[in-house]
Order: sequence, then C-alpha cells, then structure tokens
Amino acid sequence: MLLLFGLVTGIGFGILLQRAEVIRFDRQIGALMLVDMTIVKFMLTTILVGMVGVHLLVDLDLARLSLKPLVLGGNALGGLIFGAGWALLGYCPGTAGAALGEGRVDALAGMAGMLVGAAAYAEAYPSLLGTVLTWGDYGKVTLPDLLGLEAGPGRWIVIAVLVVGGILLLRFFEKRGL
Amino acid sequence: MRATRPSRAWSPYVAGALAGLLLVLSVYVSGKYFGASTTYVRAAGFIESAADAGRVAQMAYFAKETPKIDWQWMFVAGIALGSLAASLASGTFRIQAVPRRFAARFGERAGLRALLAFIGGAVAMFGARLADGCPSGHGLSGTLQLAASGYVALIGFFLGGLVVARLVYGRIRS
Repeated sequence: MLLLFGLVTGIGFGILLQRAEVIRFDRQIGALMLVDMTIVKFMLTTILVGMVGVHLLVDLDLARLSLKPLVLGGNALGGLIFGAGWALLGYCPGTAGAALGEGRVDALAGMAGMLVGAAAYAEAYPSLLGTVLTWGDYGKVTLPDLLGLEAGPGRWIVIAVLVVGGILLLRFFEKRGL
Repeated sequence: MRATRPSRAWSPYVAGALAGLLLVLSVYVSGKYFGASTTYVRAAGFIESAADAGRVAQMAYFAKETPKIDWQWMFVAGIALGSLAASLASGTFRIQAVPRRFAARFGERAGLRALLAFIGGAVAMFGARLADGCPSGHGLSGTLQLAASGYVALIGFFLGGLVVARLVYGRIRS
C-alpha cells in the first residue's frame, strides 16, 4: 500500500513539475545564471505552503517531523559538490527521470552518472564516516533550536518570518521580471 | 488546429502551491516526505548485487541504505511517469539531446552534452549523498520542517551551482 502511495504521489508531483516547466535544463541553468527564477518560484511556493501545512499537522498530532541531522562538514561540503555537478547536469535526482519522461534524452547520461556517483560514494563512505561526517555534528537541530526559541511558539515565529521574507523575495523577482 | 499546439506552462506559483499541498497530504497519509537521491543508492546497490552480491552485503553504506524497492523508489519512478503523461497530454513531449542553453554555449554537440551530463550526474550524486539529501530531501522537505541541515545544504547547492554555471556557461546571453 505504501508503495502505491509512493507511485501516486510521484505521478502527481511529476505532472506539476512538467506543466510548470521546472524540469527543463534551460530553466534550471537559467536560475543558476540568475536570468530565469521559475524553479525558485516553484520551490519557494512549495516550501512555504508545505511549511505551514506540515507544522499544522504536527500541532494537531496528525504527523511527525523527520529531521536530518546538521553535520556541517557533510551538509556544506556535500551541498557545494552537489551544486557543482548540478550546474553541469542541469537536472537534479528527482527531475532527471522526469526530464527523460518528457523526451530529454540527455538526462539518461546524467542518470547513468548518478548511479556511478552513488556507487562511488558507497566505496568512499567508510573513510568519510570518521572524517568529514564528524565535522560540526550538531544532531537533529531546527532553526528555532539554534535561535534559542521555545519549540512550540518559536516555530511559528520563524515560520511567519520565513513566509514574509519569501513573499518579499518573490515580489522582487516579479518586479525585476526574472 | 489549435489543439495540436503545445499548451502553455502553468504558473510556478499555482503548481508550486499544489506541490506543497501534495507534500502535506503525503505526510498525512503515508508519513513520507519528498526525497529522491537515496533511490539512486538503492538502484546502484541492485546493479552491483547482480555482479557481486557478497561484496555488496558487506559494504557499510549498502547496509545503511539496503537495495530494495521502497516508497521513495516508487515516488521517483512516479515522477518520471507523471512527466511522460503530462508532456504527451499537453503536446510538450519532445525528443531532444541538446538543450537550448547548452547549444548556445557549445553548439549542437550531443556527445559533449552526454559526457558533461554524465560527469555532472556523478559529481552531483556524490555530493548529494555526502550532504545527506538533494533539492527534494533537503531543499524542500528539510527547509519546510525548519531543519538547520536543510538550509545549510540548500545554500550549498545554489552557491556551488552559481559558481560552476558562471564558469561553464558564462558567455550565454539571455
């Protein structure tokens, strides 16, 4: 049943990504060249809507958070490396298959590369475990934790600030015609 | 006739908001947040198992992310199917080996495009696994949960991407 939910959710997400044209290489590289912010508009809207919805569910005891730990070495270094590869590929792990789905056959080479990258990481993992992945390990912390805010109301203060900030950023993009 | 013309793109705000609601629904119904890159680890594990199952069984990372079909695997497959269906229905499906911005910088060179896509894919996936997530797992699911790791990783994705995109495609004018 869980597998079926995964498939249906993926199909829904794939339709939205495809129709908003955010899968395309030209859009993804356009964002990294700061000339076309379509993917950032999509992502930011998803984040803001999801943020309010998920935290409401958590407050109503209908869902749980699933936090990834903050490990500065891994998150920051891995993030930068991902970004470098992303700029060459022009697709990300979630959208490469979708790009292939809309006929962009260059995504196939990217997906093959991603399999090789995953295999290489599995080889490197034991040596990274004792080094990079121990640098700046703070555990599963949230922004309210770091700001020293109380978990319950503190979350909503941070959410309110992020929603306002996000909307201002989107307005800036629209004014600049990005 | 008009029906054969490709449909116009949906607003990124409308589609993004619907994606946000879909994510909230998924968390409510299945308890699952969006993510994608672990699926490539599991798929790599499957392929390597076909060659040498004993070795894969002894590798620490494949013990952590066992090669199996799970929710996320189906989710990633579903994204590709959804995109295929939506592109066919809207008349936007197009076989293309060299994207426009790539051609503007390097010309219509499908071999070079495939090579750079392969290298980029390998580098990106290594980075995503080191970061413990990709633009779905960290960029969407992490940041919306207010996870500090999500913000650090997302800033890294864009910083690394901005620098390399400028170096590689710097001469594009758009």
